[in-house]
Amino acid sequence: MQTTFERKHLLGIRDLSAGEIIHLLDTAETFRDISLREVKKVPTLRGRTVINLFFEPSTRTRTSFEIAAKRLSADAINISVSTSSVSKGETLLDTARNLEAMAPDCIVIRHSMAGAPHQLARICTAPIVNAGDGAHEHPTQALLDALTIREHKQKIEGLKVAIIGDILHSRVARSNIYLLTRLGAKVSVAGPGTMVPAEFVELAEEGLRLEQRIEDAIEGADVIIILRIQRERQDAAFFPSMREYAVHFGLRPDHLKLAAPGAIVMHPGPINRGIEISSEIADGSSSLILDQVTNGLAVRMAVLYLLARGSYPSGVEGGLEESTRQEGRGH
Amino acid sequence: MKLLIANGYVVDPAQQINAGRNVLIEDGKIIGLPEKGEKPPEGTELLDATGLVVAPGFIDLHVHLREPGQEYKETIATGAAAAVAGGWTSVCAMPNTDPVNDNPAVTRFIIEQGKRAELANVFPIGAITKESAGTELAEMGEMKAAGIVAVSDDGRSVPSAGMMRRAMEYARGFDLPIVDHCQDVSLSKGGVMHEGRWSLILGLRGMPAAAEEIDAVRDCTLARLTGARVHLAHVSTRGALASVREAKAAGLPVTCEVSPHHWSLTDEAVENYDTNTKMSPPLRSREHVDALLEALSDGTIDAIATDHAPHHRDEKALEFDQAPFGITGLETAVGLAFDLVHRGIISLERLVELCASNPARIFSLPARGGLFKHAPADLTILDPDCEWVFDVTRSKSKSRNTPFNGRRFKGAAVATIVGGRLVFLHPDYGWITQSKYREASA
Repeated sequence: MQTTFERKHLLGIRDLSAGEIIHLLDTAETFRDISLREVKKVPTLRGRTVINLFFEPSTRTRTSFEIAAKRLSADAINISVSTSSVSKGETLLDTARNLEAMAPDCIVIRHSMAGAPHQLARICTAPIVNAGDGAHEHPTQALLDALTIREHKQKIEGLKVAIIGDILHSRVARSNIYLLTRLGAKVSVAGPGTMVPAEFVELAEEGLRLEQRIEDAIEGADVIIILRIQRERQDAAFFPSMREYAVHFGLRPDHLKLAAPGAIVMHPGPINRGIEISSEIADGSSSLILDQVTNGLAVRMAVLYLLARGSYPSGVEGGLEESTRQEGRGH
Repeated sequence: MKLLIANGYVVDPAQQINAGRNVLIEDGKIIGLPEKGEKPPEGTELLDATGLVVAPGFIDLHVHLREPGQEYKETIATGAAAAVAGGWTSVCAMPNTDPVNDNPAVTRFIIEQGKRAELANVFPIGAITKESAGTELAEMGEMKAAGIVAVSDDGRSVPSAGMMRRAMEYARGFDLPIVDHCQDVSLSKGGVMHEGRWSLILGLRGMPAAAEEIDAVRDCTLARLTGARVHLAHVSTRGALASVREAKAAGLPVTCEVSPHHWSLTDEAVENYDTNTKMSPPLRSREHVDALLEALSDGTIDAIATDHAPHHRDEKALEFDQAPFGITGLETAVGLAFDLVHRGIISLERLVELCASNPARIFSLPARGGLFKHAPADLTILDPDCEWVFDVTRSKSKSRNTPFNGRRFKGAAVATIVGGRLVFLHPDYGWITQSKYREASA
């Protein structure tokens, strides 16, 4: 089994081996304590430039990538492009070519259309990180979810995971299904029939089940992942009303009784309180929503480190040691 | 002026000829199919078809030539050049130009531009409804008088059954076939590829097979109601083929065509978000591709049509969701059709039937589709064993949007003759024109 990560880009989880995923998670773990220090910075990517190219509004993911880059001492530049002006403005590939001319060491892209990162990867020499593309994949979200699960359950293999909500339009669900089943978890998904297509079961070779009722998916689950309902999709009439959604597909405290003892609840955020998740759960002891955010930083540091370091001679250990020395001098 | 195509093997399903014959041409017309070795009249020019197949000129029922209005994608002249380079002697041009071919002035313009290009014959197809908007009938009678051979709102299927019924009843009076792009838009709206496992993996909005199948049922049902001639364009689903099979069994005047990319690729080809795999109808799953191969073999499919849809490279360089539907097809179709022959799915005779005799019958093109005496001398000369690689940089089309660049083929159209003129000769087959009569007749 391959236990290193030698890829140039991180475009999705689907192509990754279990070994590559574990290497990413292990690397993320080594970065976790940097954020717990008083001086939250290591010189690992000093002199490197990371461009966050966001074609879709996002506060959480963009901030996470930006802080991750800065804590590694990279220069982080954020570019937000409104996709509503896509027809008048510069094309995606022209934007990419222009950025490429400024010699970035990594481009992080978020786009509302599936496949945009792949198109960039074809023409760019810089490594590309997919920070979410349409309904396709969101690999760093799946990695941070896995890191959070591993932190609390010490393993992933053999766990039962329920994913609840709008599976059809969710890049988070896809990346999580690939990652969790590849590491040996059993995944059950459930949501409104309009949002859980039957062919979804073919996304994993084994370990994936579709359920009609969320109760059936939650039964015995060690981990419950709740997906965000996109209010803006309401016009497409995938379900009758928010009220009905909350009643039939929202996670409430009584659902937790069906789950395994000590079950944990996660949500990629931002949450719609009282719709897909009740406040009692979101703010309760089983909720790991804020741990996810913290782990998101570690995962993104690991990804940037592995992709943007290029031929940088020192590994993560060296970088950490060096930073400690420098901080010692500075203070 | 006389021309003899000597020593070839003639395959002409319309006259049930499958034999070594010469073809004698005078003033652009076929004079006869003399036996080999028969001495031609004095002063006859010679083309040597030794070892080659001589077929009636291939007719593509479905191309988009983009003129008038989108000449940056293709013109009638460049489209016709691509046609003859691919072995097509006639092309039928869909009306979704700008302006739409929904009136006789546009029809005449297209015919005129086709004549000026002096390559393939260009037969215009008129719109079913004004501006193909699906609400008012277009002037079918006037367009027929100007030269259209069929009517279609291709790309924008007629949205309501009521409108389609009217159109069929009206078209029937002018003996015009109705060509429909079967697609229930309420099901396919927003879709950019086939709905199934791959659309879910790729996170792209799917167009279910049902969108095509429902409209195919509708059109066959309306063919029964109205008695109109109905031709289903680029059929791509198992269910639509079942409808055609059933309609034919019931004796209804229903025919259908298939496009080469639909039997050559599956939706898996979209995996890398290459916009040259985006077309409508979309590449389907293996189940549907298998159904197409079955229908090619059992005769349910009547014609091979390219749906040649050129787009500028800037348009195809957009995000997959944003890029326009369609690929070029004129220069790769015959190669892809020979794949079927070499795989044993169809015979060579059936290939000629799908590309020549049936298309001529479906659109009632007089004296085309067979090597009839006094018919226009349109011929496609084939080498089933020619091995070649498609290099899109050498394409005669103005556009480059093909998923088949670099593909290896066995079997090609090596010479194309339109109205007795050699309009295309494969660069490796110069010998066809250089042999002496003495050698050829020996």
